[in-house]
Amino acid sequence: MSNPRLLSGTHLMNAQVACAEGALAAGVDLFVGYPITPATEISERLAIRMPQVGAIYLQGADELDSLAIVIGSVWGGFKAMTATSGNGICLMQENIGYAAMTETPCVIVDMMRAGPGTGIATKSAQGDVYQIRYGSNSDYAIIALAPDSPQEMFDLTVEAFNLSEKYRVPTFILGDEILAHLREKVIIPSDVTLIDRRTPNESPSDSYQTWAVPGGEMIPSLPSFGQGYHLAVSSFARMPDGSPSQAYLVHKQLVERLWNKIEANTDEIIKIETEMVEDADVIVICYGTVSRSARSAIRQARQEGIKAGLLRLITLWPFPDSMIQTVCKNAKKIIVAEMNIGKIKREVDRCLGRFLDTVLMAKPGVELHKPIEVLREIRKLT
Amino acid sequence: MEPSSNAVLASSEGLRHPALKYFRFGAPGNPHIWCEGCGIGQIFYYTCIAIEELDIDPNTVVWVGGSGCTGRMCTYWKYDYMHTLHGRPLAFATGIKLANPELTVICHMGDGETSAIGGNHLIQTARRNCDITAICVNNFTYGMTGGQHSPTSSAGSFSATSPYGQIENSFDLCDLVKASGGTYVSRATVVNPKACVNFIKKAITKKGFGFVEIISQCPTFYGRSNKIGNNLEMLNWMKRSFVRKEQYEKMPTNDHQGKLPWGEFVNTDRLELVSALHELAKNQKDKLSG
Repeated sequence: MSNPRLLSGTHLMNAQVACAEGALAAGVDLFVGYPITPATEISERLAIRMPQVGAIYLQGADELDSLAIVIGSVWGGFKAMTATSGNGICLMQENIGYAAMTETPCVIVDMMRAGPGTGIATKSAQGDVYQIRYGSNSDYAIIALAPDSPQEMFDLTVEAFNLSEKYRVPTFILGDEILAHLREKVIIPSDVTLIDRRTPNESPSDSYQTWAVPGGEMIPSLPSFGQGYHLAVSSFARMPDGSPSQAYLVHKQLVERLWNKIEANTDEIIKIETEMVEDADVIVICYGTVSRSARSAIRQARQEGIKAGLLRLITLWPFPDSMIQTVCKNAKKIIVAEMNIGKIKREVDRCLGRFLDTVLMAKPGVELHKPIEVLREIRKLT
Repeated sequence: MEPSSNAVLASSEGLRHPALKYFRFGAPGNPHIWCEGCGIGQIFYYTCIAIEELDIDPNTVVWVGGSGCTGRMCTYWKYDYMHTLHGRPLAFATGIKLANPELTVICHMGDGETSAIGGNHLIQTARRNCDITAICVNNFTYGMTGGQHSPTSSAGSFSATSPYGQIENSFDLCDLVKASGGTYVSRATVVNPKACVNFIKKAITKKGFGFVEIISQCPTFYGRSNKIGNNLEMLNWMKRSFVRKEQYEKMPTNDHQGKLPWGEFVNTDRLELVSALHELAKNQKDKLSG
């Protein structure tokens, strides 16, 4: 085998296994995770596979332990990932804020399950879309990707590592229980494109400033401990040299930069999928596994002569405001289908500003939207 | 760069403190944040001396801390530091050490951080026997937030949140780490400088989890709340309250009341996490590539 990290070829794969293989392809050095349904198969796969490629698997003592070890290892020079479900994300929130503030690239997989609380461990939902975005204290930005198939789980895991390195930001992969246990064809390519860490151009010295942003850029370089850069890593509001500051302008510039390095680069980050939207009267907006039912429904509707289209959000955060506005410009009706009480519907309303024309198809979890249910909604609206 | 406020400290070579060369200047308006009479400065010094006497290149030493007065120690280390979350330095340190086993990783943590919010990290890191050094600065109080009781505050002691006297039982942290599997466990007080430096050196060189509890004075809060007095009186209180382990063991049990032993409690070897994981990775990789 030429590269044990890359199982090139065609496989029948569960999405969690595809996620694990995507991480290996992306060059993950360390995985730390705490067992939780429905994300445990990622851990189990990596427990086998990581040592085989000379990398490290460690079972966390809990989710706080897991993400803290991941973040520490990144500053030691590793690429690292953790995986959990929504309950585990609750426990990780403090570390997520720390990773955002210290601009630590890392990948966090959230296989969503029905909640709140313990909820139903073995049933699906999409209720975590806000908690991964807004769950830690105060203001910061993250990136979140929502695959809808095992193949895309592989592809987007590689992408998540790349985006996290490029923007120095914790990057989420948002799956759900149905996807977690979905087995399909996955083609692993013979090569993947990887984005390298932003290592500094200057040589190590005592005068290196951990948080100085190179001219014309928005993001500081990222050396590792032990290289002689004398790094000052803290989640304090800080000056470029790392010393803490309580000044209004220092904090303002920092928080705005953490936000804008993502939110001002949406064109580079955001991916959407559209199908038959150009002439569509009705557009179904969805993400993750719900897209599979919606795709089937709009195709059926077309056969019935209804001009229906699909807009699937692959990137969930930052939110694709302008793309939604462009795609939906001429549509007469919009349906937002999601497995929660209607969270992304709120975002769509915010973008489109036409509340009456946007219909919510919400299922709070457990059961996926059936294609016929989406189709009935499409028919109703024409 | 050393700001003018530190000019007096740094101006005369003759008076220059031996730990200054390891000290990171530059925090606006501060030489440092600690109160007059605090023991943390002494422990900063003991740690620097231990590193120096071991002849370790400070460029390969990462100081890790969390929140509180002790958590801020790492931010004054001139070389690499990671100032992490309250209670979680040991988990971050585990990640750093896994990524680069060549580094010497030293955590300074307060007693609240070590035993309350970070209790599970302490137990798990000791159980895993991860090759890092943890120095618990135990001053029996949460100083940064104004002197509340911690899990090491003894029953009957007073604090801002135990105004009628502490009614909870306290932890013996050395016993806890020993039971959890730490391979080097010791306790000293800041009035035992040589023992402190010696114990820190042993914890650093131990291939495994090294834990040193250093009893420190907080005259501002613990000393005042408990009417022990200023820093000098607190040092005398330490001399009275902490007796050598060998002497403690010989004392009648009735005399143990209000006293704790200091000395070395564990010095052993067990399977170590970081080397075991790297060895597993190497063996499996070699096996696969044939």
